[in-house]
Amino acid sequence: MEENILLQARGLVKEFPAKGKKRVHAVSGVDLDIRAGETLALVGESGCGKSTLGRTLIGLIPPTAGTVCFEGQELTGMSARQFAPYRRQMQLIFQDPYASLDPRMTVRDIVAEPLVTYKLCPDKAAVTQRVRQLLDAVGIPDEFLYRYPHQFSGGQRQRIGIARAIALQPKLIICDEPVSALDVSVQSQILNLLKDLQERLGLTYLFISHDLSVVRFMADRVAVMFLGKLCEVGGTSAIYQRPLHPYTRFLLAAIPKADPRLRDGSVPLLQGELPSPIDPPAGCRFHTRCPYATDRCRAEEPALRPLEGRQVACHRAEELMEK
Amino acid sequence: MEELTLKIEHLCSGFFTERGYVPAVDDVSLVIPQGQVVGIVGESGCGKSMIARSVMGLLKYPGRITGGSIQLAGRELTGLPDRQMQRIRGKDMAMIFQEPMTSLNPVATVGRQMREALLLHEKMDKNAAREQVLNMLERVGISEPEKRYNAYPHELSGGLRQRVMIAMAMICMPKLLIADEPTTALDVTIEAQILRLIRDLSRQTGMSVLLISHNLGVIAQMCDAVYVMYAGKIVEQADAFTLFDSHAHPYTKGLMDSVIDLKTNPRRLPAIGGVVPNLLHLPAGCAFSPRCPLAGERCRAERPEMEQLAPGHMCRCFEGRRA
Amino acid sequence: MALFKTKAAAVSEELASQIGESDTLSIKLRRMVRRNKLAAFSGVLLALLVLCAVFAPVLTPYDAVTGDIAQRLKPPSAAHWLGTDEMGRDVLTRLLYGARVSLAVGVVPTLASMIIGAALGMAAGYLGGKADHIIMRLADVMLAFPSLLLAMVIMYTLGGSVLNIFLALTLISWASVARVARSETISLKESEYVEAARSIGVRPARIILRHILPNCIPSFIVLFTLNVPGAILSESSLSFLGIGIQLPNSSWGLMVNMGRQFLYNAPWISLAPSAAIMLVVLCCNFLGDGLRDALDPHLNND
Repeated sequence: MEENILLQARGLVKEFPAKGKKRVHAVSGVDLDIRAGETLALVGESGCGKSTLGRTLIGLIPPTAGTVCFEGQELTGMSARQFAPYRRQMQLIFQDPYASLDPRMTVRDIVAEPLVTYKLCPDKAAVTQRVRQLLDAVGIPDEFLYRYPHQFSGGQRQRIGIARAIALQPKLIICDEPVSALDVSVQSQILNLLKDLQERLGLTYLFISHDLSVVRFMADRVAVMFLGKLCEVGGTSAIYQRPLHPYTRFLLAAIPKADPRLRDGSVPLLQGELPSPIDPPAGCRFHTRCPYATDRCRAEEPALRPLEGRQVACHRAEELMEK
Repeated sequence: MEELTLKIEHLCSGFFTERGYVPAVDDVSLVIPQGQVVGIVGESGCGKSMIARSVMGLLKYPGRITGGSIQLAGRELTGLPDRQMQRIRGKDMAMIFQEPMTSLNPVATVGRQMREALLLHEKMDKNAAREQVLNMLERVGISEPEKRYNAYPHELSGGLRQRVMIAMAMICMPKLLIADEPTTALDVTIEAQILRLIRDLSRQTGMSVLLISHNLGVIAQMCDAVYVMYAGKIVEQADAFTLFDSHAHPYTKGLMDSVIDLKTNPRRLPAIGGVVPNLLHLPAGCAFSPRCPLAGERCRAERPEMEQLAPGHMCRCFEGRRA
Repeated sequence: MALFKTKAAAVSEELASQIGESDTLSIKLRRMVRRNKLAAFSGVLLALLVLCAVFAPVLTPYDAVTGDIAQRLKPPSAAHWLGTDEMGRDVLTRLLYGARVSLAVGVVPTLASMIIGAALGMAAGYLGGKADHIIMRLADVMLAFPSLLLAMVIMYTLGGSVLNIFLALTLISWASVARVARSETISLKESEYVEAARSIGVRPARIILRHILPNCIPSFIVLFTLNVPGAILSESSLSFLGIGIQLPNSSWGLMVNMGRQFLYNAPWISLAPSAAIMLVVLCCNFLGDGLRDALDPHLNND
């Protein structure tokens, strides 16, 4: 591989037990590379398994099968003690800034928690000093150090969550829908902050989102996920200009455009609902909603294969390119 | 003279709390001509949902309407006793919410819940009501209405639940449908379906819609006229085309700039600085002045009034013409 | 009607976002005082009662143990507000001294059972799996016994003393606390901030102490006020049956029992402590209800 790969997943599977003897197939065989320094976006609709995939990648949830390697070192199967140094390298930013901060802790204690856990500072004063630096880096004024989460707005809380995530100077941060709970104007502030921090600290992001506009701004590469499988992986501009997988195409077309002139009733909409991950369709998992599905799609599962410098999992990708 | 479905004049409503009166809606006037879709756009806490609740008569303690008038098809609603409001709700106007699961009764089947309104308002017998419910389910694009009729809400997916909510709201053919963030909890592909459904229903039945959203894309796709709200006040109103082409208020501009363009790839996003003001301690002058790039002395001292810039285009800003 | 059931929490949520802050504990308590006068009144009354028990020697001129036999079985009068008993002791005095035992019996075993129950319940909820299974089956076994019968067996074997009463009452009430603690912990364990702590690599014991316990405290406070009356009643029953507090100590239950023989001639001997028990139990329940409404966000709307 010519690029410097930070995190590599091969054949990753995660299943949860469901009612009866059934199983929820949240992630079904995912191969994914995250390159050092990039922002890789994981895009998909709710229930497609993107959050589960993110948590499995950083070892918060053990995978059912498959391997994850961090800088060439296999993480799966490690004991808690062996895993501890890697845990520090991979942090998480959460979706809901109201739920991800303990309501009964002050901002100082929240941001100090990682520092205290790994005993990174010699004494309390040093911890406080470091917390001040971190809060300053995310734009939270000094005088708020001893306030409680409920005294902050959603955007400010998300900043505090970011300060906590960068406290351990991790290499990889999983951003799980970090702005979807925020107002539009605040959303831009947080996205800018994330980009600045990436540049200053040399972070790698796995950016999980259902919002394709946000992904367009943040990501270098995009991985589109449908029902536990990747259907297209490639450079952001390329995918947005010319999506190759029909699902990607429908996703992009469905974004409500902020221009009343584009109020076009003729845009084809994806019909139907997301199939159940308990009982995923045979063959291509998208075939029940895909207008181009053939018998082959219903019987044979398409593998992710290279096409036009990207990876696509669609039997008919070449044909559909012509259209 | 076209007929007005809804006419709100100088509406004030707010909460009486331990910390004082919170003016959530402050002197709001708004009209919805028959058959039109009118949008209110703004950030969370700007009072847009309070308007909806005030119209529906669903304000809960400690919220109360403190002034102004609300007329539904010429009939004054403020001051009506609860019993009469109940007769109007569900028959002449109905509301759909962001999270359909919380507004559906989890222990009653879809059919039973929908029938309730018909038995109550239209004095129909059960069989006729059942017929009409099945009709309506089909009309909102639910396949196998017979099967869904006997389903419980938790057995349906998010998109289907929202369709059921819409069918329920539409069952008595209301004059006004209030949709409070109807697609915020849904995925893009489902969002597009639901929006198209609401618009088609409005066109077919001549029903007026009050659409509340924070998403300018949704507003652009759906609305004939748009009201922009900030800190309890309308700051700009215009028809959709004027608003998106030649908005005058700096807040509207800030919102528009925050929308991410899918074609270009900027390094930073324009963002509105600062946070939404605390309604208990509003600034002395224009509520937006602390965050406004154009704010001058006068803006910080005096509260601007609504000013007409062009027929049908109003703006609450001293600098409105310049911007 | 179902169609227009609004999201009840939405209003208070929106309210919170409008104001830009949510309620602190003191604001919640103040709201309780304002909205729920009964709960506030009960709280004041209980506090007064505790003070009376503490300052009993100052408040009454009589002795609790020795009486004036010439003054036996006198009805309430200016000298003896609640009359005297069969030994000529002042009933009010016995009541005040008895309050010390009864209130201590209400508080101490309840507190002890809460500490034990909370620790076991939180461990079971957080660790899950085998630990959960063992602890909760044990709790189920405890809950399956009729609790008063169990307490009676313990008292019979160990003998009646205040310490043994504490022991017996603790033993019969930890299981229900463990249940509550476990379910609270399971729901808090799913919360994002606990997941955040896990993703940092914070150890389980620290997560329980720093994140789960402080967030359980409001429900523990409520549970406490609701369990105290149970303990007081159990002690009264045991003492009434003669296997609780022993003479010459007094407790309310014992006083009711002793007065039983004179119920026709001198009903005040039994009635006064009965009324006191009822009052405390009711006050605790009212206060508990009020606190629950004030502290539980799910019930926090009219």
